[in-house]
Amino acid sequence: MVEGLVKRYGRDTLAVDGIDFRVPEGMTVGLLGGNGAGKTTTLALLLGLLIPTAGRITVLGYDMARDRFPALARMNFSSPYVALPQRLTVAENLRVYGHLYGVARLDRRIADLAEELDLGEFLHRPAGQLSAGQKTRVALAKALINHPEVLLLDEPTASLDPDSADWVRGWLERYRAERRCAILLASHNMGEVERLCTEVLVLKKGRLVDRGSPGALIARYGREDLEEVFLDIARGRQAARIGA
Amino acid sequence: MNGTARRVWALLYRHLALYRRSWPRAAELIYYPVLQMLIWGFTARFIASHPVTTFSLAGSMLIGGVLLWEIALRSQMGVAVSFLEEIWSRNLGHLFVSPLRPSELVAGLIGVSFLRMLVGLIPAIALAWLLYAFDLFQMGPILVLFFANLMVMGWWVALAVVSLILRHGAGAETMAWAVLFGLTPFSAVFYPVSVLPMALRPVALALPSAHVFEGMRAVLLHGAVAWGEMGWAIGLNVIWTAGAMVLFARQFRAARVRGALISIGE
Repeated sequence: MVEGLVKRYGRDTLAVDGIDFRVPEGMTVGLLGGNGAGKTTTLALLLGLLIPTAGRITVLGYDMARDRFPALARMNFSSPYVALPQRLTVAENLRVYGHLYGVARLDRRIADLAEELDLGEFLHRPAGQLSAGQKTRVALAKALINHPEVLLLDEPTASLDPDSADWVRGWLERYRAERRCAILLASHNMGEVERLCTEVLVLKKGRLVDRGSPGALIARYGREDLEEVFLDIARGRQAARIGA
Repeated sequence: MNGTARRVWALLYRHLALYRRSWPRAAELIYYPVLQMLIWGFTARFIASHPVTTFSLAGSMLIGGVLLWEIALRSQMGVAVSFLEEIWSRNLGHLFVSPLRPSELVAGLIGVSFLRMLVGLIPAIALAWLLYAFDLFQMGPILVLFFANLMVMGWWVALAVVSLILRHGAGAETMAWAVLFGLTPFSAVFYPVSVLPMALRPVALALPSAHVFEGMRAVLLHGAVAWGEMGWAIGLNVIWTAGAMVLFARQFRAARVRGALISIGE
């Protein structure tokens, strides 16, 4: 749960400007916004990489400002922009993160993930030698190593071909349903957001400018799909559409 | 294994796996200590060939100085370079969003540093014994205190270097190699503190290393343990370590305020 979250860098840059939201168990909430809208900053604040200027973040009942480590043990994160050590094999990387997250029966867990995410072919290959699609699957395996109850995903299907991206989305849907996991998804892929998210938060210049289910947003803006809604908001046509 | 031990082991495992898969990194651990030993060992042999007794002792002091100073250097680089490895591999983001506490990160880096130091130093000690008949262990049990003080000094210097990297980003990475080399003239490794100009002596005496090397010379020259010097070295290490921990904690927090943990590789 996020209440009145503000992040300011120095005097001039307001990256996140007083946003509130919650991600219920078993739901996927999407963070939409153009470059610099504050999506990555919001994720970093939730993960404790950044200290908020104001506001409160509570994850799984823990106040992240005072007691973030018990919550971090039950969360995880995946982003194509944060790498895993390239010289270590996939299995070694998963072993490192399995130990960091205190995963029980780690060998079994790695074998299960290898099977579920089809990593077997390159499990013993250095991470730096994998294709973009394989790296994304490994990043997802790392993010799922501890059976997270809260999953933060930054562009989880970036650089994937449509088939692989579809496979990942399907997998995430199943995982959320089976584990009742709360997922916060930052993405520029509107089709992905429409398919996965139960609620969408639209950010612009750090402010939450609109929110609702994908269907509700599309209806409110009188558009065909979420991409057109996104363009309306990004180009400042929001008032005109609603007023129309 | 409890949670903390597992997280520290995770970091150790990560670096052990790295060295297993990168022979240039593993070779570099041994290369510099052995090179230093060869250069200074032959210098010491030349000096020791002089007929005067004091000169022959100076040879032992040179080799002893090289070996012991390598402990501090390798301990410091072990922590700082291992931290840089996380920056170079863009892995810090994943580490800091895991349940790994900053104190556990430091403990893991110290563990890696200890292993790196042993791998680098054991061949150099063996070489000193084989080529120059210098037995480091002739100093007796006091050697343990010399080792411990120099390792701890290497670690607190490294903690200060990591703090600088957190403050200034990877642009400060040369500090990982430069800082302790910069302290060499004041550490009285190859000469007593009394050789330094009066104005520089307080700088030397504020460093645990200067007291360790005065202690080493006392053992080699007089066969006596300079307990006073050891007391100073331990006391100074406690003070500097506390200072470095405060600095690290402040810079880590400041990095979380500025967003440096996200952009530190830039």
